[in-house]
Amino acid sequence: MRYFALVILTCLASALTAADLEDRQLFQGASSQVTLRVISSTDTDVFAPILTGFLARNPGISIDYAVAGSSDIVTLISDCPDCFDVVISSAMDLQLKLANDGLARRLSDLDQPDSVQWRQSLFGFTLEPATIVLNRAAFAGRTVPETRQQLIEAMRNDPEHFRGKLGTYDVRLSGLGYLFATQDARTSETYWRLMEVFGSLEAQLYCCSGDMIDDLARGDLFVAYNVLGSYASTRPDLRDRLAIITPRDFATTMMRTVLVLDTTRQEGAATDLVAYLTSGRWADAGRPGYPLQSFDGGDTSGLNVVTLEPGLLVYLDRLKRKLFLEAWSSAVLR
Amino acid sequence: MRSEPPRPGSLRRRLTLTLIVGAAVLALLFFLVVRTYAQQVAQQSQDRILEASLTSLLDAAVVRDGQIELDVPYAAFAMLDTGADDRVFYAIHQGGELLTGYDNLTDPPFALTPSAEFSTRPFNGAEVRRATLTHSLPASPRPVLLTVSVAQTRDSLAGTLLAISANAAVFGTAFFLLAAGMALWTSASTLRPLGDLAKAVARRGPSDLRPVNRPVPSELSPLVTSLNSLMTRLSHSLTQSETFIAEAAHRVRTPLATVRSHAEATLLRVDKDENRQALRSMIRAIDESSRAAGQLLDHAMVTFRGDQLVKRDIDLVTICSEIVDRLTPVAEMMDLDLTLSSQGPVRIKGDTILIQNAVRNLVDNALKYSPPEKGVHITVSANPGATIAVTDQGGGFPEAQIGLLSQRFQRGDNVKDTVGSGLGLTIASDVAEAHGGRLELKNLNSGGACAILHL
Repeated sequence: MRYFALVILTCLASALTAADLEDRQLFQGASSQVTLRVISSTDTDVFAPILTGFLARNPGISIDYAVAGSSDIVTLISDCPDCFDVVISSAMDLQLKLANDGLARRLSDLDQPDSVQWRQSLFGFTLEPATIVLNRAAFAGRTVPETRQQLIEAMRNDPEHFRGKLGTYDVRLSGLGYLFATQDARTSETYWRLMEVFGSLEAQLYCCSGDMIDDLARGDLFVAYNVLGSYASTRPDLRDRLAIITPRDFATTMMRTVLVLDTTRQEGAATDLVAYLTSGRWADAGRPGYPLQSFDGGDTSGLNVVTLEPGLLVYLDRLKRKLFLEAWSSAVLR
Repeated sequence: MRSEPPRPGSLRRRLTLTLIVGAAVLALLFFLVVRTYAQQVAQQSQDRILEASLTSLLDAAVVRDGQIELDVPYAAFAMLDTGADDRVFYAIHQGGELLTGYDNLTDPPFALTPSAEFSTRPFNGAEVRRATLTHSLPASPRPVLLTVSVAQTRDSLAGTLLAISANAAVFGTAFFLLAAGMALWTSASTLRPLGDLAKAVARRGPSDLRPVNRPVPSELSPLVTSLNSLMTRLSHSLTQSETFIAEAAHRVRTPLATVRSHAEATLLRVDKDENRQALRSMIRAIDESSRAAGQLLDHAMVTFRGDQLVKRDIDLVTICSEIVDRLTPVAEMMDLDLTLSSQGPVRIKGDTILIQNAVRNLVDNALKYSPPEKGVHITVSANPGATIAVTDQGGGFPEAQIGLLSQRFQRGDNVKDTVGSGLGLTIASDVAEAHGGRLELKNLNSGGACAILHL
């Protein structure tokens, strides 16, 4: 039954938005009466334990979970606001813009501290620092860098060793990469010097954290910058091969955020899901080393957490984005 | 006999109501003023922030090859962060063409403005406050017009206003309650001297016409002055009428005595029975008139002496035995027995003449209303208080009128055929009151009347 529904849904999804959706699965509740349509930038296999935990507590709800890139999500929603109920994304700026433009419903019943919610409509529920991931073998006999400055020095000392072995997000494609890059650039000038070095050493550009980690594991990359460390730590098979460094100078940290679209007809179920996500109760449901970290009890000292504020809209401005991408391209693309 | 004046409402209620209504109006005014002022201040502070955001956007603009480049500063939007997480909108136009931001936020014309213009309007499903400014940027071949708008929803402002309004309402209500309490207290304390004065005047005895000397607030002093002047005139006119009555009685008594002696002389000389009968009636009438004139005189004297009572040590038994001595011949003429009983002297402080007058009038009355061959008895006793009781064995007082008999010119219904002025009991009562006592009238169970002077 579950697979049958899955097939139908997959067909339906491909008919509707085949070009944009990366994946679509139905998580069936035990005594399901309503179906909540979730669109998310988080891969299904990463998010599945959370959804399973939620369905165990709320058997009356089924979840139709669709995955798309964070930039694509905005397009999908503006094309068809009625197609989804809940949006989950790591691109805080895009999420904030959705809420700012009035597409999110205010959920007044949820009591969350100001630092993790905006307008009672956008709620952060994870805390994930951007990290530097290294291939241990490539650093054998070398000092493992702990700050951006040390990384720059390591690469300058032996450029030929690292040439073509550096990887980072292509900020033109990845919403999360763009968020990390702009926040880094806002925080410190070191970012630009690092990108200059990356550019001069012919850095590889990626759309997603997963691909970078795969290439690191294979040894095609020695250094990946601004990767979600949590993704790397989920792979126990790679634990020996990879070193995950949270930069000591500053660690840009994002929150995965959730909002309920104002067009939803399932506010009750959607609110239940948001409440479950923000409660952090899912954290112990995952296996040890689960990639998503609830900020419940998490230590934010030393982390440069991106705040939910209107300032996030700045880098989404057309002119600002153009200028930033020009600067980034001139540094990274030679 | 006291009559109530008509009452066109209570002064106190009117004062209280005026003060309370005034306080309510003031409290409401306070609330509205605070609210309006808070609204202005809150709006002004939002406008200042919007203007600062505008300025930082304009400062970041440069013209390159005739095209505006605007590197939006992070602070331009970050500064618009509010406690209520207000939504932020912006639009940047070059010569009327949207460069970036939200379409339809700014309306044409995109003309130069000397300073930021503010307006409140609906946008994107919410009411927003918008600031707009158009600048001219130098460029070749001609300057470029740059229009920047920044808008923000008003949730935080509304929240601030609500909080201030709630506070103002609490303060306004507290102010009103305080003022209402003070109104009650003020009206009570303002009108207290008036009540005190009324009570003081009401407490006075019936013949107390002394001026009011208690201190009163200046607003009441005209009333007190008028009251005092009224009492002075009243007292003066009372004295005058008493004097007049005494003078009249005196003037009448002397010619009456002359007429009586002529009548007696004539009676000796006439033989005819009917003439003698007429003359006897005449003498009797003259006697009554003379007696009435005497009583009027007595009464005037009692009033006068009572007002200026000089108390001395006196013995009631001595006074009474003198009266018995003097009146015994009269009693014998009427075949009546006049007796006195006492147990030793009864000493009090008082006026001999007044008490003599009172006892004589009581004994006179008793003799007058006693049937012949009976007795009139005077008892002086010191316990429980000095009393002089005069009892007779006549018809007694009419029960229904017993309380009224001591009033001036009141006579019992059962003695219409006996001559009398109706002043005797009044005199006795006035004397008793002048000595701080009273006159008690009662009928004896064995028949007869009893008048007791308590002194």
